[in-house]
Amino acid sequence: MSAPLIILITTLVITAIGIVVGAGLVFTGKKFHVPVDEREAEVRECLPGNNCGACGFAGCDAAAAAIVAGDAPVNVCPVGGGPVAEKIGGIMGTDAEILERQVAFVRCKGTCEASGLQGNYVGINDCRSAVLGGVNLKNCDYGCLGLGSCVSVCPQGAIKLVDGVAVVNRKLCVACGLCVKTCPKGLIELVPESKFVAVQCMNRDKGPQVKKVCSAGCIGCTLCTRQCEFDAIHMDGNLARVTYENCTQCGKCAEKCPVGVITPPCPAARKEA
Amino acid sequence: MIRLILIVILNALISNVVLNQFLGICSFLGVSQRINASASLGAAVIFVMTIASAVASALYSLVLHPLGLDFMKMIIFILVIAALVQIVEMFLKKKSPSVYKALGIYLPLITTNCAVLGIAIDNIDKFGYNFIESVFSGFGTAVGYTIAIVLLAGIRSRVVEEDIPRPVRGAPIVMLAAALMSIAFMGFSELQPVIETALKGVGQ
Repeated sequence: MSAPLIILITTLVITAIGIVVGAGLVFTGKKFHVPVDEREAEVRECLPGNNCGACGFAGCDAAAAAIVAGDAPVNVCPVGGGPVAEKIGGIMGTDAEILERQVAFVRCKGTCEASGLQGNYVGINDCRSAVLGGVNLKNCDYGCLGLGSCVSVCPQGAIKLVDGVAVVNRKLCVACGLCVKTCPKGLIELVPESKFVAVQCMNRDKGPQVKKVCSAGCIGCTLCTRQCEFDAIHMDGNLARVTYENCTQCGKCAEKCPVGVITPPCPAARKEA
Repeated sequence: MIRLILIVILNALISNVVLNQFLGICSFLGVSQRINASASLGAAVIFVMTIASAVASALYSLVLHPLGLDFMKMIIFILVIAALVQIVEMFLKKKSPSVYKALGIYLPLITTNCAVLGIAIDNIDKFGYNFIESVFSGFGTAVGYTIAIVLLAGIRSRVVEEDIPRPVRGAPIVMLAAALMSIAFMGFSELQPVIETALKGVGQ
């Protein structure tokens, strides 16, 4: 066979196979068509589409299906972040409240100075290991150990240890929740980004007991709850807790707190209010 | 019949596609976290590989070889296998949503699984199988793949509970486990001469 003939036959054969296969695909596509929620396709369009699995679903398709089914929040995609969440929120008709970006927040103010060190810890530099070994670095049983398990687990490098307590950089945080799962003391929670006022303590003991172990701990005096006009701060046992939905960031509770354990609203947030 | 059974054993155990020929490593390591997921992926591979071997072999002996287009087989096989997986995916989505959901992202990944293409080409180039033999060879290979991935998933489910030294935690320990499995499967190579003699004795 001459070369041109071989080329011709090859082209013809491949074209023919392509047409047959294409027709087969079209036929199967029609025959086995599964009606999908229109929104699912739209949501899928908004997602980045790199199937990284960071959201915890098997891929962008699965994440889109979960969002439409209501099993996942619209901001489930940490890669797309705010802009993508907004677009999806538009499709899903979700209001801005759920749309709001969340950030991690460490509920402890017990720095090395405030809650003194019990001794010199020599061991594995990891909070979970220390807790397993029954070690408490500071005098407070509830507080941040300051060994930085959350720092090493944070994929964004958003957590730093400042004076023996983990502090989250709100700008860098993507609310993946890894630190929340990692902290053996359960100190880290996700709060809406615009809510700055929060009780920065997890010590559930009574006031005098708290005073003994930490100068910055919540003593359960209930002054803040009486101060609040919006029903946004309540006692949870011996511990005050802010209800973020009701809080207007007025900052009165923070001003009144005798131990200064309530974080004041950020100046920028106060202007908005 | 005996010849076909021997072909299945040969492909499943002795020249195991993953542990002996090192094809399909991507999904082998990627989808072996949980036994359930890897078993369903194995089932999907059995399904796809058997059909792909049949289609590829038929296409080769009916179209490509008579026309003297042997050199085009790789491109055409890729085309056909990719389309085939798409069709299987659509079929599963309609007929068995639970299986579709269980396979998730992995079914499309089989499209690009080198093991599927590899066995379709091996059937022709390495073994010279006819149509029926190719189907059984594809089936046997996929069974071998399933055995390997389910075994690895079993090992991995045990490994996560162990206190693994930090430097080899995560991916490295999986590689080590896979390597040891591969060495263990080398034991089956003792069977190879026996089976090959038997294959010759049974004839076509």
